[in-house]
Parts: sequence; structure tokens; C-alpha cells
Amino acid sequence: MLLKVDHVTRYAYDQPVRGVVQSHRLTPAVCEGQRVLSWTVTVSDGQMGGGFRDGAGDWVQAWTVLGPVSDITVRVEGVVETADTAGVLRGHRETIPPAVYLRDTPATEADVALAQLCAGVDVATDALAAAHELSRRISEAIAYRPGVTHAHTTAAEALALGEGVCQDHAHAMIGAARHLGLPARYVSGYLHASADGVPHEAAHAWAEVFLPALGWVGFDPSNRCCPNDGYVRLGSGLDARDAAPIRGIARGPGQERLDVTVAVQMQQ
Amino acid sequence: MLSRTADNLFWIARYIERAETAARLLEVGARMALIPSAAGYRNEWDSLLSASGTADGFARKYGDPVQRNLESWLFFDRDNPSSVASCITAARENGRIVRTALTTQAWDALNTAFQELRTLERQPRSALELSRLTEWTMRHAALVRGTIDATLLRNDGWDFLNLGFYLERADNTARLMDVKYYVLLPKVEFVGSGLDNFQWTTLLRAMSAHRAFHWAYGGEVTAGKIAHFLILNTQCPRSLITCAEGMMTHLERLARGYHRRTAAQEAARNLLSKLAELRVEDIFDEGLHEFLTRFIREVGELGAVVHDSYLHGDVR
Amino acid sequence: MTACFNEMFEGGSVRPPYARLQDWMAAMPAELRQMKQAEAESLFRRIGITFAVYGEGGDPDRLIPFDMFPRVFSAGEWARLERGIKQRARALNAFLVDVYGRGEILRAGRIPSRLVYQNEAYEQAVAGFVPPRGVYSHIVGIDLVRTGPEDFFVLEDNCRTPSGVSYMLENREIMMRMFPDLFRENRIEPVDSYPEKLRRTLASVAPAKCDREPTVVILTPGHFNSAYYEHSFLADLMGVELVEGQDLFVEGEFVFMRTTEGPKRVDVIYRRIDDAFIDPLCFRPDSMLGVPGLMDVYRSGGVSICSAPGAGVADDKAVYTFVPEMIRFYLGEEPILQNVPTWQCGKAEDLKYVLSHLPELVVKEVHGSGGYGMLVGPKSTVDQVETFRAKILANPSNYIAQPTLALSTTPTFVAEGVAPRHVDLRPYCLVGERIELVPGGLTRVALTEGSLVVNSSQGGGVKDTWVLAE
Repeated sequence: MLLKVDHVTRYAYDQPVRGVVQSHRLTPAVCEGQRVLSWTVTVSDGQMGGGFRDGAGDWVQAWTVLGPVSDITVRVEGVVETADTAGVLRGHRETIPPAVYLRDTPATEADVALAQLCAGVDVATDALAAAHELSRRISEAIAYRPGVTHAHTTAAEALALGEGVCQDHAHAMIGAARHLGLPARYVSGYLHASADGVPHEAAHAWAEVFLPALGWVGFDPSNRCCPNDGYVRLGSGLDARDAAPIRGIARGPGQERLDVTVAVQMQQ
Repeated sequence: MLSRTADNLFWIARYIERAETAARLLEVGARMALIPSAAGYRNEWDSLLSASGTADGFARKYGDPVQRNLESWLFFDRDNPSSVASCITAARENGRIVRTALTTQAWDALNTAFQELRTLERQPRSALELSRLTEWTMRHAALVRGTIDATLLRNDGWDFLNLGFYLERADNTARLMDVKYYVLLPKVEFVGSGLDNFQWTTLLRAMSAHRAFHWAYGGEVTAGKIAHFLILNTQCPRSLITCAEGMMTHLERLARGYHRRTAAQEAARNLLSKLAELRVEDIFDEGLHEFLTRFIREVGELGAVVHDSYLHGDVR
Repeated sequence: MTACFNEMFEGGSVRPPYARLQDWMAAMPAELRQMKQAEAESLFRRIGITFAVYGEGGDPDRLIPFDMFPRVFSAGEWARLERGIKQRARALNAFLVDVYGRGEILRAGRIPSRLVYQNEAYEQAVAGFVPPRGVYSHIVGIDLVRTGPEDFFVLEDNCRTPSGVSYMLENREIMMRMFPDLFRENRIEPVDSYPEKLRRTLASVAPAKCDREPTVVILTPGHFNSAYYEHSFLADLMGVELVEGQDLFVEGEFVFMRTTEGPKRVDVIYRRIDDAFIDPLCFRPDSMLGVPGLMDVYRSGGVSICSAPGAGVADDKAVYTFVPEMIRFYLGEEPILQNVPTWQCGKAEDLKYVLSHLPELVVKEVHGSGGYGMLVGPKSTVDQVETFRAKILANPSNYIAQPTLALSTTPTFVAEGVAPRHVDLRPYCLVGERIELVPGGLTRVALTEGSLVVNSSQGGGVKDTWVLAE
């Protein structure tokens, strides 16, 4: 599938800030199933900083903006050719060993309820089936509903609420998998919303679980599937904060207002 | 040098100068309190508080001005950011932060003042004469200034220290003179009277300048002579014009050393040239208080320009 | 604790390194000693070398007690220590490069990978990155204790930012000022080249993108930090700027400091703040001490950070057990310095042993430091032991235990005259283009009779440490 991404993030400050520093994971991963045909990231008034491939295999690009400045626009445009790998991540070079992804973070840590949700799931016999089962249970336990959770909601909190968005699903999936001794991580990317009438965010997130036989495999409890050719994988991390496509800090007392639009369209 | 280091040096000097002013204010007040208060202006102390800019804080803590409380407030009280104790502590803390930009001797002078202050604070107040406190303060301020002058490299750090001394001193001389205004305001008829002269002389004494004044002017003490001495005489080390010249000198040195001029040189030159053209009559025409109020504001503005040009860290 | 090794007196005779100190000691009447002690204290206070302990209240300008009786090593003793320390510093750095790369030692099964990859101090943010010259830990502080003429044990390794080197330098300075004769009579190796060596070490690890004489700075958390004096002292002696996070900023591919003349590029940062605080974009978002964007510049070769972020995984008390393995694995050598036998309370059989021998053992928190949160079994009451037992049981893997070592003593001035007190030693090994060790270190002394805790926060003092020339 040819996917055209247009992702604009606009920061507006109520008073000019003295400067902005950002760290981007906004470049599609180099792996089987996705090939970049064109890709540009621009930052208004920005100066491009250092760039490098990190231990997780993601391209990190630094940017700085010299103030005073009152608004900043980060624009991502590009076309990616995708193929369905049934969620299996192949051809992706990384140094961080899977064992590191057994570490919990406050956002993903399994509480009693999440641990109970894992009850009876047998990793030892068939890890793949076990991961599918976890994904299924999580999508049932946490109904997709935007607006009830926020950026700092933890997996445990979302489970208690019984509602959440893709970030909460991914956190719960990661917490559950780690609870069962499977390395798991958070993946951020884009999703081409299929024509099934269900509204989905085009900026999307899901989980990857490390299975001994297959390596890293993606699971998306929000859509009850594994990532297919409708998905563009950007970067990964221990949790949403760690895998954030844009991290940034503005220097100055100004209050920030954030406006994000993402469009992912199929191209002929 | 680091902008923050320059800022710390600048403030070491300002706090030392300010500590000395607090002590001088105490001395002015104590001397004025010695004269009979029947004349209807018993609140000399009010004027001191107004001049130090800390009247509100004092009223909240102590209520009516009584000499004992004023001594506490102006010397020991940590709630008063301009007290001698607060200023010495702040100067030493700034010094500790930039320890490496000072010589051993300069640091030693700052640190010794602080250590001795702590000893003073532990003594019963009744054992401490006011004159001992003011002399102590001036001695240590002189030590700090002297070690800086005698031992520091003549680099940009030295310029920022001196800028701090001159800027704060300009402000403080103006404030000390303004005390006079507050004291005399209610009774214009006292101008030129023996009482008035006593107060002017007291002011000179508080600035350790009355002997110098007599050498320079001789004869009778008049308001005009004193205003000339403290504002326009380039021989007087505390006069406003001397301070303005000092700021100009050190800003020019910075501009030469950095091969770069800023708005600060311009502002200092303006301040100095305006003073240089002034006659004493002009000052009294404008009104001494009005003149001093304006001058204090202009010095504050110059301080802000110095900050923007060198100290705030976003210098390009 | 009856038969501990006295470094000066052995079987009624004076050991050779201390030979000349006996007359000096004998010739010092109590009044002179008190006068000298007061002189030393006033010198320390005037130079401003004080030590503030958070949360202890009291005098924020407290001095660490200085004991004038020096601690002495012969040239031969030191030569062996030096070889052992350098060997350890090499192995620790090889380990760090390995675990952030291919992890060969873990694949080979020589160290359990869980200990490394699930360690809080393992920074996945630097995985796959090799710092300039392959050095993660540029200043390795190795804490040593002695139990006999030939027996030295490593208590712990400090790979991040070991403190105390300013005391090594100031103690010597003060001793030379007060007792110049001693330095004429004994041939004592100087330590004052340390700052210059440190500066050279830091400059030698300038980043790939640095194409000129590198600008080095020291990054301090600020003047409220208890080690601030040391930070400013080292900056001064090296002739480099002492900066706080707010003095630095990232622009484009580099880090700059804010100066009165505009931005000035910085190439090497000797940081004295923890990993978690150096970059709010990468680590703790609430950190006010760090520099936003610093890690991206670091990873893309625009600046060097010393010690390298992530170095802490090598000085973890659980990883410590495996340092002899590292030496064999990476260097193919046998360890010159021994480890103290250590029980991991996280292991069932070790825990069992520890719980049944608590009154004989020293128990420490895996991540603790400064002598806090530890149990010295033989010096504790039954109640204290039982309280600690509960703490261990609540979280066993947070604790390790070691036998209580009979730490050596050296003569120390006390109220009654001279008496033996227990000591340890921290030398500072520099790792850059070369590996260097100045002949000396910080000797800490437990001033309370019989005490084994030498930490300055727990009533310990310091001594000048001499290495005699051949």
C-alpha cells in the first residue's frame, strides 16, 4: 500500500519564549514491510541539530529554535510503501537486547487487576497465542473511548476506568506481557484508518512483544489486530513518554497551546 | 566570563556597598536622635526607613520606630533584605558561588566578615554599642574593597565588581541625601537655621566626608555647598558624578576588552554628561527631592541595561 | 576485632614506612599538638572547605575533622596497589563498553544478564554508543581497606563521580604548610599534579566533532550541593569554567555556555550531577539542573560527558561481585586486588546464610551510599539487628552482605594522645588517552574508638596519605 502522511504539530505560546529544543523520532523505521519513497520534516525557524540512530534502531533528530518566538510548526510529509508482515518486525537493526524491555515504568507497571487479567494465560506452551489472548482481553477490558484518559494515565488507571485510547491499550498490553515475563515495548506511528466506519486517530500507538520464536511482534489491542500494511512504524520505547515522536522544552514563562492534525491517505 | 559569574561579582559589590549604607543610615539616625525633638519632627527614624526603602517591612514587624528596634532592623534582621547581616551574608554567598573568580585575599575578606558577623549575632545585644556595629561594618566593607582593589586581576571580573560598587553607591548616596529631604520637609522655615546645619553636618559625618568637605569648601556649611559636594564634585569619592564616572570607566574598559559596544555604554555616557552640565542652582530649581528621585530611577534603569547587555545570559 | 593490623606498629617494632614519624610523634607535646590542630582547622575554615550534610541540620559550614597524623605507604606497597587499581579501572571500562554494545560477557554467561539489563543504572538511551576512546568512567574511585601487610580488599568501585579528591589535595597542602620539616625528612611523592592530569584526561576524550583545543567545563548542581567546594576547587586548579545547567544551552549540533561576550562552545563536560538530572528531555522531565537536548548532542558526537551517562551500571553493589570475572574475561589476567566476599540477599541460599549470621555481617543497600542504610552487625544492638532483619525480608534483593573485616588501623591524634583508629583508602584513577594514578588518595578515619564507619557523614575524619619515594 502507498501511504501518504501529512502530520502538522503547531505550538502557540501566549507570550514569546526564549528558545525551544526538540528531539524527534519522526522518521519511519528501516524494516521489512515499509519503504520510504519520500520524507521530510521541517521546523519553522528551526535549526537542525545532531541526528543519530539510537540503540532501539530509531532515527533521532534534534532541532533547536532560537527565540523570541511565539509559535512553532513541525511539519512531517512523506510517502511510504507498506506491506503486511502480520505484525512481525524483521530486518530492523537494534542494539538494545530484548531483556531490557522487561523493565517496568510507572505507566506500564501491572497492578493486581492487570495481573489478574493475565490469569491462566500460558506463555510457556505457545507464547504467540498467549500474546494474542492478552491483546484480546485488554481490548475487552478497556473500551476504546477518546477523552476519558490523558497523557499521564497509567495502564492500571485505564484498566480501572475500563475505557481509554490506543496509548492506554498499549500500556496495558506492555504491562501484562512483562508481568508474564515477555519483553514488551511501546511503538508510536501512523495508521491509515480503514473504511470500516470506525473513527481512529491517524497518529497511533501499539505494543510490540518479544516472542522467542518470532522476535518482536506488534499487537494493537485498539484495533484487535496485529499491525498490517495500514501501519507506519516510527519509534519505540519503554512507554509512551520514552517513545514520544516529539519531545520538547520551551524556555520561558509562556503557556503552550498544542494543535495537532494528522492525515494518512492511501495513494494510487 | 560566564554571565552568571559576572552577575555574582556585580552583586557581591552591590551588597557590600549596601551593607555599608545600612550602617551609615544607622549612624545618621543615631546622631539626629541626639538633638532635641521638641521642634516637631520627632520621626527622624521614619525618614531613615523611607530612605532605605524598607519602611513597610519594618512597620509590619515592629510597629512604631524605636531606636532599639531600628538597630535590630537595620543591622541584624534577616527579614530586612537590606540589613547589614542580610547584605554581608548575601555578598559572601555570592562570593562562595564564584570563589574561583576571586583571589584568596578577597575571599578571605568576605568570609571573615561573615564569620565575625556570626560571632556578633551570638553576643547579647546590650553588649553591642551602635558605634561599634557601624565601625565594624565600614571596616569590613573597606577590607573587601581593598583586597579586591589590591589583589584582583584587572580583567572583566574586576570591571563587573567595580560597576556594582559604583552603581550601588550612586543609588545609596542619593538615598542618604534624600533622608535630609524627609527630615526637613515639614518645616521649610528651618532651612539655613543652626539646626539645619547640624543635620547637614551629620549627613556629611555619616558619609565620612565632613573633614574632606571643610578642606574643599571651608567656611559655613550651606545646603548649596553640600549639594555641590555630594552631587557634582569629582573629588568627593561618594558624589553622584564620581560614581557616574566610575561606571563609565568600567563600561568603556569592557567595551574595549570585548571589542563590542552595547546600550550600557550609551546609557552611562548620558547619565554622566547630564550631571557634568548641571549647576547646583539647577538642582534646587528642580527641587532636591525631585532631582534625587529622578536620579535614583535613572541609575536603576542603567542597572537594567547593564543586566541586559552582559549579565542575563542571552547575550549574542 | 581483637587482632587487627596496625600499619605503624607490628609486634612491638615500627614498620619501616613510619620509621621517621615516631620521633615526630614523640616530640609533639600536647600543647603544641592542640595549637597545630587549631591552626589546621582555621586554615580549612578560611579556605572554605566545608562539608554540608543534607537533612542533618546544625552547622551548614561544618568541617570534616582533619587528623594530622599521616597515613604512609612504602613505594613497594603502592606499586602493587597501583597495578591493581589500574587493572580494575581498565576492566570496568571494558565492561561498560561491552554491555552497551554486544554484551559478550553476558552472552558468555559470566555475569547474569538480569543484573545488567534490569538494573536501574543501565541507560538504554546510550546503548549502541561508544564514547570517545571507549571510556565511560574517566575518574574511577576505588574504596580499599587493608587487613594485613599484603592484604588489600576492594570495598566498592565508584565509576560515576567519586568525590573527595579536593581533600586529598588540601590535606597535603595544609600538612606542608604546618610541618615543612616532615617533608624534608621524608621523601614523599607529590600529588599536586592531579588537576593538570585530570584536565588532560578530560581534554583527551573530546568528541568527534571537536576540531580544535577542547573547551572543558565542570557542571555542578549548584552552590547548595555538599560537594560544591570541591567542584569550584577543581575548576579553579584546572583553569576551566564551573557551570550550572542554566549556564549551558543547546543550539544546532552543539552545546554552548552563556558568557558576557555571547555564546561559547563547550566540548567536554565533567558533570558532577547524576544521570537522571542531566537532560530533562531524555531523563527526568522535572529536572531543573540539567540541559535540555544535551543527550542528543552527546549521542551525535557534539560534546563529551564525563563520566559517560550509564557508567553507574558498573559500580552497582550487585555487579561489584563480578569485577574479578570482568578482569579475567576482558584482560585475561588474575585480579591483583581482592573483592570482599559478598552475599546477595536476592539469592535464596545467600539470604538464608545472611539471616542466620546477621550479628557478624555488614549489610548494605545495593544502591545506598555514604554509610546510610547499613548495618554493622558486631556494632549493633539486638534491636537494631532485628529491625534490619525486617527491612531485608521486605526487599531481599535490595541488600548485600559482607563479613565484618578487621580494618587496619593507623595512629591518630585523639584527646588522650595518639591511639589506633580504623582507616580506609580512596585513590582516584584517571582514564582517558592514558590511565594514570597520582601517588596518594583520600584516607578516611573512623574517629570513634572501635568504629568501622569512616564516612564523613557519620563522624569520620580525613588524613593526608603519603606514598614514599623509592
